[in-house]
Amino acid sequence: MSEPVLEIDNLSVRFNLKRGVLRAVDGVSIKVGKGETFGLVGESGSGKTVTARSIMRLVPTPPGEIASGTVRFEGRDIYQMSDEEIREIRGQHIAMVFQEPMSALNPVFTVGSQIGDPLRTNLGMSKQEARERTIEMLQLVGIPSPATRIDNYVHEFSGGMRQRVMLAMALSCDPTFLIADEPTTALDVTIQAVILELITSMIERFDMSLLFITHNLGVVAHACDNIGVMYASHLVEMGSTEEIFANPQHPYTVGLLRSIPRLDVQEKFLTPIDGTVCNMMDPPQGCKFHPRCTQAMDICKERIPEFKELSPGHFAACHLHEQPTV
Amino acid sequence: MTENLLEVKDLVKHFTLNGDLVSRIAGKTQTVKAVDGINFHIRQGETLGLVGESGCGKSTTGRLITRLIEPTAGEIKLHGEDLLSFSPKRMRETRRNVQLVFQDPYASLNPRKTIMDILSRPLEVHKLATTWHEKRERVLELLNLVGLGSEHIDRYPHEFSGGQRQRIAIARGLALTPELVIGDEPVSALDVSIQAQILNLFRELQEKFSLTYLFIAHDLAVIRHISDRVAVMYVGKIVETGPVATIFSDPLHPYTKALLAAVPEADPKKPPPRLTLEGEVATPIDPPPGCRLNGRCPLATSICGEVEPALVSVATNHEVACHNL
Repeated sequence: MSEPVLEIDNLSVRFNLKRGVLRAVDGVSIKVGKGETFGLVGESGSGKTVTARSIMRLVPTPPGEIASGTVRFEGRDIYQMSDEEIREIRGQHIAMVFQEPMSALNPVFTVGSQIGDPLRTNLGMSKQEARERTIEMLQLVGIPSPATRIDNYVHEFSGGMRQRVMLAMALSCDPTFLIADEPTTALDVTIQAVILELITSMIERFDMSLLFITHNLGVVAHACDNIGVMYASHLVEMGSTEEIFANPQHPYTVGLLRSIPRLDVQEKFLTPIDGTVCNMMDPPQGCKFHPRCTQAMDICKERIPEFKELSPGHFAACHLHEQPTV
Repeated sequence: MTENLLEVKDLVKHFTLNGDLVSRIAGKTQTVKAVDGINFHIRQGETLGLVGESGCGKSTTGRLITRLIEPTAGEIKLHGEDLLSFSPKRMRETRRNVQLVFQDPYASLNPRKTIMDILSRPLEVHKLATTWHEKRERVLELLNLVGLGSEHIDRYPHEFSGGQRQRIAIARGLALTPELVIGDEPVSALDVSIQAQILNLFRELQEKFSLTYLFIAHDLAVIRHISDRVAVMYVGKIVETGPVATIFSDPLHPYTKALLAAVPEADPKKPPPRLTLEGEVATPIDPPPGCRLNGRCPLATSICGEVEPALVSVATNHEVACHNL
């Protein structure tokens, strides 16, 4: 892999709440190289969004706290930066697209001013230049008649068009890194297909890296080169997309893939993962997945398994793979 | 051949926008044709999957069948009798037979009632259990059916996870031993590992009680899994209906094809999702004449903008509404 653009090393994020301490992210390490698309997959509450937000230093402190670990972007530690430096990173280097465009965009400003203002602030463009560039960006993401649509408000766009506006805004300052947090989850499947294609083509066209957060395994299968699977604040498996789908090594990944209903065959019963996700305020000892795991052993209840490289580039954290190899 | 449990004929539901007097005089009212003349039937013991995108009218259809909203026109026949002709009293009795399970178990369960209250209420309304002991026994039985323990009976909804709440909502749907259960996106709020549990539960209960399902969902893989037959809706119309295997392996309507091509399958070896239609979903507000897909369809010809295609039979049980087959 080329020199990583983003390097998250042993990141732990805690929230100190009245009810107790919530470990939202626990010892997560991820590297994303230049031009790479990395999918972070997990179910609700697994810590994928907090991981993404901590990259941009968007985790509110307090109650949040970076308990350990570092986040490096292009070799620089995000958490050692001054406020001014992090503002520059957010504006010009890393951009983010959120799940719900209606709440991420401001309803009382036109889309033109929302896309244009950062251009003037970050890139020092004049009002006229910013307007021209905004029209260009709206055109690029496929908004019909951008020269008139620029003066519309968010409510005048459909869900799919709003997501295009958000993408135009994210891409307007030429970022090198895009974080997309469930960008297609609120959309219908036909619109989702269009937005996915658009994101993929933009990534290629501008030679960006992508961190794609989703719960939908179908989406990462087609949008990402590499995948990390999160369960209960831990990264449990990581590898190339082909490897993860063809040869999953963690029982949770295996269970997740089995529980998806298929389009090509109809099985009478699915194979779900039994039980429910543990209470994150009071997680079990040892491997967080052991109460639901069909292959759990005694050691799983005591010790958290190490995140080990099983084959080049394929990592998993499971005691099944920790038997001493002779 | 088994009997049709439910038969829906030319069912129409129009909503009026700006229906106030001033707008009506000024002629500025608009009509949302949410459901615009649909026909389908469900045989005893089978599952009909109703699939479509947001706003296509699939939830409205579910609500019309239970008469939670009144149709503008059409017939809804249960065991051959038109529900719309029933007196309010008769309708209330009939509702025992047709139950709904909603999408969001966080919204559908009253947070101030215990599970005992929630599950015994239908029994009280329909006078199926009178004493506390009878009710308690039946509620425990219901909890057991949906895989929850007896220790849960006096808890409140907030003490349960999403999947467990949906089990409670299903138990409520079964409390009156209905024949027809309408599931309105009952698994779409759930994580995939839990979704599989609930889909299996629907299957088990169907076998145990020979239930008939109308299963409404937007997720094609879920529909593929649970249905015997499928009806595809687009902007208030059914565009294609047929046996599940036919619809998924040999779809004929351009919209059905587009929906299937847009699903990202959880297998990197499968072709990537793509959209084979142009533009965005049409609006059901005062739609233009002709086929609703006109303007987006790769097959469109001049007739498509003029005449609405009727649902015609192309093979056994397989019907398609398209001019250009």
